[in-house]
Amino acid sequence: MLTGQKIGDSDKFVSVPVHATISGEIAGTAMVMNPATARPVEALVVASDGADEWVQLEPVENPEALSPKEILDKIREAGVVGLGGAAFPSHIKLAPPGDARIDTIILNGCECEPYATSDHRVMLECGEKVLSGLNIIRKLLSPEATYIAIEDNKEDAIEHMEDLIVAMGFKKDIKIVPLESKYPMGAERILTKLLLGREVPIAGLPLNVGVVVHNVSTTKAIHEAVVEGKPLVERVITVTGAVNSPKNLLARFGTPLGSLIEYCGGIVGKANKVILGGPMMGFAQFDLGFPTMKGTNSVVVKEDTIVTEQCCIRCGRCIEICPMHLMPTLLAKYARAGRYDQCKAAYVDNCFDCGVCAYVCPANIPIVQYIKIAKRELAKRAAKK
Amino acid sequence: MTPVKKFLISPSPHLWRGPSVSKIMYLVVIALMFPSGAAVYFFGYRALSVLGVSVGAALLTEYVCRRMRGHTFVMDGSALVTGILFGLILPPTIPLWTVAVGAIFAIAIVKEAFGGLGHNIFNPALGARAFMSVSFSLPMTTWVEPTGFGVDAVTSATPLSGLSGWQQFDPAAYQAMFLGNTAGSLGETSALAILIGGGLLLGLRVMNWRIPVIYVGVVSLLALAFGQDPLFHILAGGLMLGAFFMATDYVTSPLTNRGKMISGVFLGVLTMLIRHFGGMPEGVCYSILFMNAITPLIDRYTKERPYGLVERARSAG
Repeated sequence: MLTGQKIGDSDKFVSVPVHATISGEIAGTAMVMNPATARPVEALVVASDGADEWVQLEPVENPEALSPKEILDKIREAGVVGLGGAAFPSHIKLAPPGDARIDTIILNGCECEPYATSDHRVMLECGEKVLSGLNIIRKLLSPEATYIAIEDNKEDAIEHMEDLIVAMGFKKDIKIVPLESKYPMGAERILTKLLLGREVPIAGLPLNVGVVVHNVSTTKAIHEAVVEGKPLVERVITVTGAVNSPKNLLARFGTPLGSLIEYCGGIVGKANKVILGGPMMGFAQFDLGFPTMKGTNSVVVKEDTIVTEQCCIRCGRCIEICPMHLMPTLLAKYARAGRYDQCKAAYVDNCFDCGVCAYVCPANIPIVQYIKIAKRELAKRAAKK
Repeated sequence: MTPVKKFLISPSPHLWRGPSVSKIMYLVVIALMFPSGAAVYFFGYRALSVLGVSVGAALLTEYVCRRMRGHTFVMDGSALVTGILFGLILPPTIPLWTVAVGAIFAIAIVKEAFGGLGHNIFNPALGARAFMSVSFSLPMTTWVEPTGFGVDAVTSATPLSGLSGWQQFDPAAYQAMFLGNTAGSLGETSALAILIGGGLLLGLRVMNWRIPVIYVGVVSLLALAFGQDPLFHILAGGLMLGAFFMATDYVTSPLTNRGKMISGVFLGVLTMLIRHFGGMPEGVCYSILFMNAITPLIDRYTKERPYGLVERARSAG
């Protein structure tokens, strides 16, 4: 089997093919836990032959000549999904249903999570590919406005992207917007509000308000898919926290966490927690053999202790800070009591698990955990109907 | 390969920024040291003994109640806050055994019987003060002039219960009321000390400004409307202590900022209605207790408007 070879596909609408990320022999299948759904899923294990032999790529000489349909097919065939974390298939996001009109594209250069610096490095090191991918999206959707959102503390990235925009001749059309670095500003619904003042409807998508948000790593992947014909087999991952030398690594999907950590000099001190993803929304792992996935933007190692949940003292900090303007303490209270209907009435589906409520909670209440339980129970009930 | 070790598994987020419940409580205790210090300065040994008995009885009761309910006793500082606050809203000459009874009532009945910290409907210290007012009405309305550590206390009227001061402006009397050199409950007389303590909590963002500022503001406006001196209404009686340290109690005040503002307005109106038309000279305690009772109602009607709600209604209709 060769690197980049298609090894799996599905005829479901919300799906993309899977490609081998390394060349070698199929060593069998294994069950791994999908951290997002907490359900075991089947995974293919590939034993590397160490050669990293690629399939024959088919670069496109003149991408300008491709039809929208051809571009979308190439994006799907390359397995491109949103690399901001949600891993939603990009070709669907780029083909809005008939009645939806996209007037604004936002290129998201804001990190998804604290500690992550992968988007920053991608902009600095692959800025041309990022902008080329953005240009492909613009061709598909022909929006009226295009924004690039970058945190205001990444001055070098803002400067670099500005220079590139001039150099690549996009000056007139693309506007860079520096944003205050305040988590969770990288979430697309928050970004849409911050930049345009538009609120995405509850249980809706940004396209409902004429907006499509793409992460910089995603547009880089789109460029590679369309222009280079290269399937998505790797991404930049921030490996940080209690490791000897924190790094941003360009890593193939499926790389075991242990290998990444080892490459960064191993775990330092008494660190006892390995998080797949960022510190706010990531999933603590018990097995260093766990593979990275397309949505994995960072791996964080840290020392942590077990805390005891106390009673809510109704201080209201979670309510004041919730970016979705929910009442997190009430949602947690309802969920704890199994009153999921009340959670639903209180718009629990609006929560995207950013975690700031639990971050500020003086009583250590695992609010997000309660909310996730409620959402899962409600989804189960909806599925039964 | 990194040697096999056991990893900690817990739900996200994996970062946590305090302050913890107990840190908040001890910050309040530190802020309460200013009014307590003023109380001791103006009322001497009486203040020390009342505060001491109140705190001791509150802590002991908390310990006993927690054990009786099968919980472990955690020194989270909440009983300490209740003990100090209860001591501060008592007259200096109150018999010490009644102080102990009141503190036991505050913790055992007003707080723990309702489920402990976070579940009580009424502010424990104020609930106990209302209980004291009906149980020991004479000592609860006997006031003395501040004499520091001197022993001979002279019975006196408080600014609100006395008739003097209502009408004309007297700079010396106002200065005494601001500093705390006047008759009244132990901790309520010194507006200065309360402002320092309250300002500390506001600055540390432990306290939300909305309730105290709006409460005091509405009282001033209504005083003007009644043709009285707003400054007198602010400095006299328990308004400052109540607005900063009682009405802002997390557990018994509304959750949202909007709810807190509504609560502040109602508190001001109720206090002035009681002071002006009621049979009692003071209305802060009952105003706050009344608002405690309707806090769930305010919470019900002041929920946050979730992100994305209007747009959905628009697209649906």
